[in-house]
Amino acid sequence: MNMPVKKIGAEGVAPSAGATAPVVAMTPKRPPLAETYARMARETAVRVIPPLVVLALLMLVWELICRRAGSTLPPPSKVFKDTKELILDPFFDHGGIDKGLFWHLSASLQRVAYGYSIAAVVGIALGTLVGQSVWAMRGLDPLFQVLRTIPPLAWLPLSLAAFRDGQPSAIFVIFITSVWPIIINTAVGIRNIPQDYRNVAAVVQLNPLEFFGKIMIPAAAPYIFTGLRIGIGLSWLAIVAAEMLIGGVGIGFFIWDAWNSSHISEIILALFYVGIIGFVLDRLIAGLGRFVTHGTAQN
Amino acid sequence: MTAYLKLDHIDKIFTRGAATTEVLKDINLTIEKGEYVSIIGHSGCGKSTLLNIIAGLTGVSTGGVLLENREVNSPGPDRAVVFQNHSLLPWLTVFENVKLGVDKVFARTKTRAEREAWVMHNLNLVQMAHAKDKRPSEISGGMKQRVGIARALAMEPKVLLLDEPFGALDALTRAHLQDSVMALHQKLGNTILMITHDVDEAVLLSDRIVMMTNGPSARIGEVLDVPLARPRKRLELASNATYLKCRQRVLEFLYERHRFVEAA
Ligand SMILES: Nc1ncnc2c1ncn2[C@@H]1O[C@H](COP(=O)(O)OP(=O)(O)OP(=O)(O)O)[C@@H](O)[C@H]1O
Ligand SMILES: [Mg+2]
Repeated sequence: MNMPVKKIGAEGVAPSAGATAPVVAMTPKRPPLAETYARMARETAVRVIPPLVVLALLMLVWELICRRAGSTLPPPSKVFKDTKELILDPFFDHGGIDKGLFWHLSASLQRVAYGYSIAAVVGIALGTLVGQSVWAMRGLDPLFQVLRTIPPLAWLPLSLAAFRDGQPSAIFVIFITSVWPIIINTAVGIRNIPQDYRNVAAVVQLNPLEFFGKIMIPAAAPYIFTGLRIGIGLSWLAIVAAEMLIGGVGIGFFIWDAWNSSHISEIILALFYVGIIGFVLDRLIAGLGRFVTHGTAQN
Repeated sequence: MTAYLKLDHIDKIFTRGAATTEVLKDINLTIEKGEYVSIIGHSGCGKSTLLNIIAGLTGVSTGGVLLENREVNSPGPDRAVVFQNHSLLPWLTVFENVKLGVDKVFARTKTRAEREAWVMHNLNLVQMAHAKDKRPSEISGGMKQRVGIARALAMEPKVLLLDEPFGALDALTRAHLQDSVMALHQKLGNTILMITHDVDEAVLLSDRIVMMTNGPSARIGEVLDVPLARPRKRLELASNATYLKCRQRVLEFLYERHRFVEAA
């Protein structure tokens, strides 16, 4: 009875427009292919060209400043000349710590992966507990607030004493550095779950496990990913510093070793890689977050 | 009268620290199977509180709720709620939102394929099958409310609880949805308890209208029978004497005897 009328109200399409609607709807969806590519190229150019110009200018300034005799730091041209072998062959392995940059970076990334994964699991679990239970929050929150202000490297001697080995100590430092923002953001996300969603779950009679998986995690996902993103940044900051102290294979120790042998160019190359990888890690988590929360964020 | 749902001497007192507010006082009501009952009253009198008590989402202070002579005091799918603000989960599609309840209620009694067919059947009932793969953010307010109704219906509740289901909608959409709900009630014979503050809506849809006095300590002031034959057509009723008389009674109750007092 109300079928045709409903269409007007619900979809906002007048019946007379019905015949022309598909044509109108399709025009913006399928512009000519060449035009699409042209626009994509324009958009890419707008994003890529300005940073490249700035980078080139900075290099030029750096080159001019450091080319003078007696300069303490090498100019970019010298950096490139000194580190050409390292750049071109990142995969060599002469035993011990005399390895290509790829091996150093992958060792560091591996430590971060371990420590950060543990931090993600523990952080989300503890954050859920603190967000869900008033008593857990009263008991744990003050503790967290104090512990999270301790600088990552201050934990290193203690963990070396406890684990008596560099590898687990480094992983522990990563864990303890990145776990706090994950806990705190998850807790805020859980606390902010609208009462409506809880009511829905109660009427449907979800059990606690289903409630956790089907309501809590998706509802708090935007907050959780904020925490995860801060966490990955902090762990990458901490690993470089920690590795300088514990030694072995890893980008942190590579930098320290280069400093001890006065290979300033190698330090600069390593910093370049550290920056790029930190950036990629951040984007990775941000992208994952966007992918996972595409339904939650906009409502 | 056979009591299907019975509200028995319900009092509700909210306590926060030392402050207590008595919201509901001595609420008694019996509802028959298949009846459509509306609760009407001024804002803040405790309508939502009463509905949440029946749903089991809020506890009573004294008294109790009996459904088929059994006391109910925790939420469950036998008293499905259509919330005022639709409350669809934004990360699930329309289909998945309805399926969430269906999967729990029919976990043992229906196969996976049967459950999915049942979800589609209920989306068809509210004419929302075409949007099954859309997310709540991609459909209009009226469509969300339809999905909310489908979600509740799909749980085959003994009592369907509607908390101002059309409150947030424009007049046209509201009328379409009222017609849809009337048609569904006619077809499925559900027992429905609806909260509203729209007099015309109450008279058009209900078999009985429960009028609540103003809070604090709101009571049931009056219960009005609406002896109009079904199916009802809104255009024909506009000049129907019984309809106008019922409407008049509710208006008198709300605006003469129990005028809304600011900050009561
Ligand atoms: N959790 C609570 N704690 C204390 N007081 C509450 C609580 N919930 C509701 N109240 C009070 O109970 C009264 C009734 O609230 P309720 O939401 O039931 O009103 P309502 O009739 O549904 O109003 P509206 O038509 O505006 O939705 C209000 O005065 C409100 O302040
Ligand atoms: Mg209300």
